[in-house]
Amino acid sequence: MIRPTLQALMSHWRAQPLQCLTLILGLALATALFSGVQAINSEARSAYAQAADAVSGPGAVLERADGAPIEQAQFISLRRAGWMVSPVIEGRTRISGTQIRLIGIDPLTAPQGSRAGQAALSQEDGTGFLSGGTLFAAPNTAAGLPDAQNIRAIEGLAPGLVFADIGVAQEMLKRPGEFDRLLLADEQPLNRPQLAEIAPELQLRTGGTEGDLARLTDSFHLNLTAFGLLSFAVGLFIVHATIGLAFEQRRAMFRTLRALGVPARLLVTVLLAELGIFAVTAGLIGTGLGYLIAAALLPDVAATLTGLYGANVDGSLTFRANWWLTGMAIAILGTAVASTNSLQKLARLPVLAPAKPRAWVMASDKTALLQAGLALALLALAALGVIFGRGVVAGFATLGALMIGAAFALPMILRLCVGLAARVAKNVKPQWFWADTRQQIPGLSLALMALLLALATNIGVGTMVSSFRLTFTGWLDQRLASELYLRASDAEQAAELQTWLAPRTDAILPLINTEIEILGRPAEVFGIADHPTYRDNWPLLERLPDVWDRVATGQAILINEQLSIREGLRTGDTLTLGPDWQAEIAGVYSDYGNPRIQILLNTDAMDARFPDLTALQFALRVPPDQTQPLMDALNEKFDLGPDAVIDQASIKAFSLEVFERTFTVSAALNILTLSVAGFAILTSLLTLSAMRLPQLAPVWALGMTHATLARLELLRAVLLAAMTLIAAVPLGLALAWVLLNVINVEAFGWRLPMYLFPTAWLILAVAALGAAVLASLWPAWRLYRTPPAHLLKVFVNER
Amino acid sequence: MNVKHFLIAVLCVLAGPLFAQGFAGLGTDADGFSTPTRGTELTFPEDHGAHPDYRIEWWYVTANLKGEDGKDYGVQWTLFRSALEPQTKDGWQDPQIWMGHAALTTPTRHFVAERFARGGVGQAGVTATPFAAWIDEWQLAGPEIGSVNMSAQGTDFAYELSMTADGPLVFQGDEGYSVKSASGQASYYYSQPFYRVEGTLFLPEGPVKVTGSAWLDREWSSQPLSDNQTGWDWFSLSFETGEKMMGFRLRQTDGAYYTSGTWIAPDGTPSPFGDGVFKAVPQGTARVKDKDVPVEWRLTLPDRELDVAVKALNPNAWMDTAFPYWEGPVMISGSHKGRGYLEMTGYD
Repeated sequence: MIRPTLQALMSHWRAQPLQCLTLILGLALATALFSGVQAINSEARSAYAQAADAVSGPGAVLERADGAPIEQAQFISLRRAGWMVSPVIEGRTRISGTQIRLIGIDPLTAPQGSRAGQAALSQEDGTGFLSGGTLFAAPNTAAGLPDAQNIRAIEGLAPGLVFADIGVAQEMLKRPGEFDRLLLADEQPLNRPQLAEIAPELQLRTGGTEGDLARLTDSFHLNLTAFGLLSFAVGLFIVHATIGLAFEQRRAMFRTLRALGVPARLLVTVLLAELGIFAVTAGLIGTGLGYLIAAALLPDVAATLTGLYGANVDGSLTFRANWWLTGMAIAILGTAVASTNSLQKLARLPVLAPAKPRAWVMASDKTALLQAGLALALLALAALGVIFGRGVVAGFATLGALMIGAAFALPMILRLCVGLAARVAKNVKPQWFWADTRQQIPGLSLALMALLLALATNIGVGTMVSSFRLTFTGWLDQRLASELYLRASDAEQAAELQTWLAPRTDAILPLINTEIEILGRPAEVFGIADHPTYRDNWPLLERLPDVWDRVATGQAILINEQLSIREGLRTGDTLTLGPDWQAEIAGVYSDYGNPRIQILLNTDAMDARFPDLTALQFALRVPPDQTQPLMDALNEKFDLGPDAVIDQASIKAFSLEVFERTFTVSAALNILTLSVAGFAILTSLLTLSAMRLPQLAPVWALGMTHATLARLELLRAVLLAAMTLIAAVPLGLALAWVLLNVINVEAFGWRLPMYLFPTAWLILAVAALGAAVLASLWPAWRLYRTPPAHLLKVFVNER
Repeated sequence: MNVKHFLIAVLCVLAGPLFAQGFAGLGTDADGFSTPTRGTELTFPEDHGAHPDYRIEWWYVTANLKGEDGKDYGVQWTLFRSALEPQTKDGWQDPQIWMGHAALTTPTRHFVAERFARGGVGQAGVTATPFAAWIDEWQLAGPEIGSVNMSAQGTDFAYELSMTADGPLVFQGDEGYSVKSASGQASYYYSQPFYRVEGTLFLPEGPVKVTGSAWLDREWSSQPLSDNQTGWDWFSLSFETGEKMMGFRLRQTDGAYYTSGTWIAPDGTPSPFGDGVFKAVPQGTARVKDKDVPVEWRLTLPDRELDVAVKALNPNAWMDTAFPYWEGPVMISGSHKGRGYLEMTGYD
């Protein structure tokens, strides 16, 4: 019985190939966006893991509390006392003129999971690493160093790093007998003395610096995930609509089958199998598309991560079975969720119940009430989230509550508006039009909700990005006040450069920096000179009256906004920076794009605190027309690398480029979401148009022409879209406000002013209305072309 | 797998085709490593130290111990040296690679630990005077080789033993020149089989005081096996009569064997015997780590009227190290009674 049943059910899809396509495409699109984002995230995460593994291992690390290098003798003492540690040295150097980040490891003691360590001991790859000076790098990284003779490409290494044997690295970095940290093996022997007995200067730190990286980038990935989920939800609307339609249209067939003796259970099982086939097909297409989307977007994501966080992520995508299975599971799960409702109804269908095709469209008032209640509850939750929420996840939860709450409120609002219009209408025709529109809202509401979400996201994200851009460009102008920025390769060259530059520049401003721990977090410390360059330009958000005089004394410091927000510090507060070091906060400055906390203090105070530090970077003040000649002269006179001298304009251009690329992904996902929403409207209208013949036939019989009916259909779609658009503007602005004042603050630690961009809304309005027109054009045209006989049949045929 | 390949290459214990260049006949091989020559007189204490111009070398101690609890125990302490080039250099450039293996065998359990280090920086090495061999915190050190402390540990076991030699050093083969194949591969090889041992084993259940005997093997060469040899079965046996015997069987790809060994009188006088005299025949195997390993043997040496059964104290004494093999204490019964150690390579 299964076969004929299945054949009968399947015949529907042969008759309705478009519906079949819609179902598969809708599900595939939903899966594609979701799995695409997942692929990007997992690629980035695996890069972090590789980097963590490469640099500090997944486990614990021993370091000097003061950040100074570890002496080789200390490593030996630890090993000889039974501490299983492995040395690492790290630094920047040049290989055939290209700046690289070099990691020195000891393969013989490296922890088990170290990829470079393994490769160094393998017969195929290891030759020459231990004693021949061979270097290792990931294939892409190695390809970037074509002139290097002794570099070997090793799969699975963290991108952007070059690995050398510890001794080779010490030599290349000119730091003999030094290490930066010791990796602690997971397994340690039975008896070993306390760390304090052997190496009291060293302290144990669990989780490497790349753990910080994962934490820092978490918010970025959460952002992407939120987009993926949104797209998926929108896609599910389509699937829900299509499956609903297919079930509705087959009601008569179900009834016949049941009457012929097919048990309800079998019917449901066969339908489940049918859905399974759809889910798997769509899942296959969707994951394929998702892979393409991820591959297309990954270079931008990689650039963003590098620019924003200094995280190295390969621009190429690896296929992961795990990811693919998740994508398939999501497709199947999504189909299940979208079809539960319909299947439930079918299972409960009495054998000879008269088919009620309108039942599905006529969502009961009870549902409407439930939706309204849900909407209010969610919006209240969002309000509570704004007031009491803490953390990025809470921020996104607030956002979710706001968006879904607003979506649920939409049908209610639309019904109110249409009801109002109907009451105002005087003539029969408009009255019928409004009444008919009102009763269509339940059927269209899911698609309209999808449109609302897509539009609001568009407005919200657009507002955030544009506000950010405006603030950021202004800030860059203030922050980058010097004409030239210069980096020396070592102290000797720095001294030479200073002597040479003194008569040729208006000012040489040394930039010294180091890392300390502030309130338990790693923080950057920058030393800046007392100079008008800073006094006149530095972008201060808050300041004490004579802020620069206070900083000049060395007693006061400036902190960045991130530190101020994270620790709730204000100007006038006193901050403890070390055991015998406290300083007054004289000002707070904006520091966009920096994921870390940072303080600024006077150069002299910096020298006193960190006498071992030498300035290797300098900001130079020169008359603007002298910039290029000075750069040329510097490059000619000194052996400087290609990036060692940069002018202000280049840095600005670079910063803006990073900024733009950061949001390329958001923009791309935005457009994709909007197209999915447009598609949702199309499918919903198609669904409705097929079912509405019985309602339109009487109107036609009363004398309204095909053409008028079709025009009205078109008008209705545009009107509903327009109303949704109007609702989307305040929602989008609310979204932007949450993004700027909650998410940004929690995720990055900076607050941004919000600017409004009505022109952008106008463009969006045109796009949205255009999409609605396009989506309704075809159903309207179909209506226009419906043969009169077809309409007449409504009266003949009782169904 | 990679690590293992490397180590096989480096240690060339089972090197075969990798280092098949053969002997140049002038005391050095194609890569510049020295090779043993017959008639070279070993000098002490210098030869207790390292010979970096030879490719491989080891300091190999096995001990048969009895605990206060009445149980039999076995302990292994080994330091391998393997040279990438026939020289030493200061610091990390040193081409001398060191590897330590430690094991503790009880009748029911077998504990293993392994260490790696590079020479040149002090993490591992051997000095002749005062005698000290170490890798990390493991050491075999004393004022001199006749009186040493030996310690090692892993994540779940440790031992600290003091050892005193009751007899002289014993030269294997021809005055310390030990031939390893019919085609002439050889190594320098001497032993100290007369250690009296006392100390403590640290087991998960707690410490156990032990006493017993230990045997040190010192061996260095640049190519101990020939191409057609796939592994060895090596025995060091101490009989209740005070006599001792070292015997090994090198397995060949053609199914034949090369055997050799030394009978050691209670006063330490060695009597070497050549290929074919000593016979070792597997009597039973155990399934260890998915491999069939012969853990019961019949050994015969007609010259000495030796006909004994040798049986592993714990058949699961598999050394699950980067370069895996079987090594554990054995009990001897038959014409002679006693205890000893068995090492089997090439079964992985």
